[in-house]
Amino acid sequence: MTSAMTLAETSFNFAYLDEDTKRMIRRAILKAVAVPGYQVPFASREMPMPYGWGTGGVQVTAACLMPEDVLKVIDQGADDTTNAVSIRKFFQRTSGVAVTERTAEASVIQTRHRIPEAALTEDQILVYQVPIPEPLRFLEPRETETRKMHELEEYGLMHVKLYEDIARHGTIATAYAYPVKVEGRYVMDPSPIPKFDNPKLSGNAALQLFGAGREARIYAVPPHTQVVSLDFDDHPFVASKADHACDICGSATSYLDEVITDDKGGRMFVCSDTDYCRGGQ
Amino acid sequence: MDLSHAPSLPILSVRDLVKTYGTRLGCGPISFDLYPGEVLGIVGESGSGKSTLLSCLAGHLAPDQGRVLWQGGDVLTLAEAARRRLLRSDWAYVHQNPRDGLRMGVSAGGNVGERLMGAGARHYGEIREKAEDWLGRVEIDPGRIDDKPRAFSGGMQQRLQIARNLVTGPKLVFMDEPTGGLDVSVQARLLDLLRGLVRQMGLSVIIVTHDLAVVRLLAHRLMVMKGGHVVEQGLTDQVLDDPQHAYTQLLVSSVLQV
Ligand SMILES: Nc1ncnc2c1ncn2[C@@H]1O[C@H](COP(=O)(O)OP(=O)(O)O)[C@@H](O)[C@H]1O
Ligand SMILES: [Mg+2]
Repeated sequence: MTSAMTLAETSFNFAYLDEDTKRMIRRAILKAVAVPGYQVPFASREMPMPYGWGTGGVQVTAACLMPEDVLKVIDQGADDTTNAVSIRKFFQRTSGVAVTERTAEASVIQTRHRIPEAALTEDQILVYQVPIPEPLRFLEPRETETRKMHELEEYGLMHVKLYEDIARHGTIATAYAYPVKVEGRYVMDPSPIPKFDNPKLSGNAALQLFGAGREARIYAVPPHTQVVSLDFDDHPFVASKADHACDICGSATSYLDEVITDDKGGRMFVCSDTDYCRGGQ
Repeated sequence: MDLSHAPSLPILSVRDLVKTYGTRLGCGPISFDLYPGEVLGIVGESGSGKSTLLSCLAGHLAPDQGRVLWQGGDVLTLAEAARRRLLRSDWAYVHQNPRDGLRMGVSAGGNVGERLMGAGARHYGEIREKAEDWLGRVEIDPGRIDDKPRAFSGGMQQRLQIARNLVTGPKLVFMDEPTGGLDVSVQARLLDLLRGLVRQMGLSVIIVTHDLAVVRLLAHRLMVMKGGHVVEQGLTDQVLDDPQHAYTQLLVSSVLQV
């Protein structure tokens, strides 16, 4: 992110991107909202950071931000990782918006790998960073074919992936980026959130936007949209987490990270959502 | 099969089908009827238009003109979604090269189960049971259900492709040189297997081959192609034992020398 810091001295358009680009991205977002779960192509721009840093999410956030917004950025649930800190600083410099670590105070939350534990509201936008937007890519490398499959709702292949999982591991071992069907129509990759978070995708009051920079796709789950995790009748979806309570706040319901505490095998379980852990319980 | 007992309505009717590649004729015009439970062999030397015809029939290629009538409707005018659904349900297509018809990165069970899941099957145990049953029917040890096709021999891969296609009980199967790349002994076993399955399931089959021994064993009726045209057709034994067209006579005599 040093490039962003050196750029900080120069003057920017609000939220870095020029107005034409933001309008183009907003049009893609509107289309994505109108067709929940559908991947809308957009002209992804070079951002002053590597792709792996969530340039898709950053562009979506830039197109959504208003001067009065309050921004929160999390990575794996934490506000203080390098990735989250850098993106937060980037928007502070380029837009001057207020930032927060409190989920409840934020109007825009950019996230990688988690959905906050606290229930979101209709006044909030959750922006996901997406590395690979195409859920069928794993088994079908041809883009023309996966597009056709979405168009014609030919989703048998998605279950082949889950079948392979059970055949190999005895259970659906997919723990992240667990495929979902949105409003009974499009199959969608929810980005690498743990499957524990999948139920929160459904019926969420917030607007959920997904941005993939390298693959130049935007998709959306509008507020109060039904999102169903794919499964088999005899292997139903389970939103699993470590069978523990948080060793800091004691929460038995929040998603936990396992932390190694010493080199003698010591470990503890703590909330991955650091804001929830501080304020929770 | 005793064709005199066949129902009188064709399962598939092809009328005036033509496919060109620019100025070059691929095949046509071609017309024929296929009856339920009938195996139609299409033979002819390389470049005679066999694959072009089969691809047009199966919807892989768009012909320039003609009609392909299935259950009262013209398949060529179906919306793409409906056509693809037909290809996954009542129709099946066995490629010459099993790599073109299999998912090489997916286990044998997943390959066989795909059509079931595509048709809406959502019970893992039942899908697996069906896959095991079908592996057995094509003489693959069901214990290899979790192996990837690349661990299989060429003959096994071809049998797996057949299982993957037949698991949903199609009515019409297209086959393009299904025994093509295989050793002679492996071919014979595959032909036996195919003949048994065709009989048990009452399949209608259109099989393309340059190998007259294949059609002698499998096909009730033959169409002989040359330069994109059908030069002779009739019951297999009649055509092979008493060929009328000079080209067919040549084909038959060259196989007798083998
Ligand atoms: N994709 C193509 N483009 C141009 N010509 C083709 C193509 N495919 C086949 N042909 C031509 O069409 C004729 C029939 O070919 P094909 O159907 O492949 O015959 P067969 O399967 O009997 O060997 C040949 O003259 C061949 O060169
Ligand atoms: Mg050919």
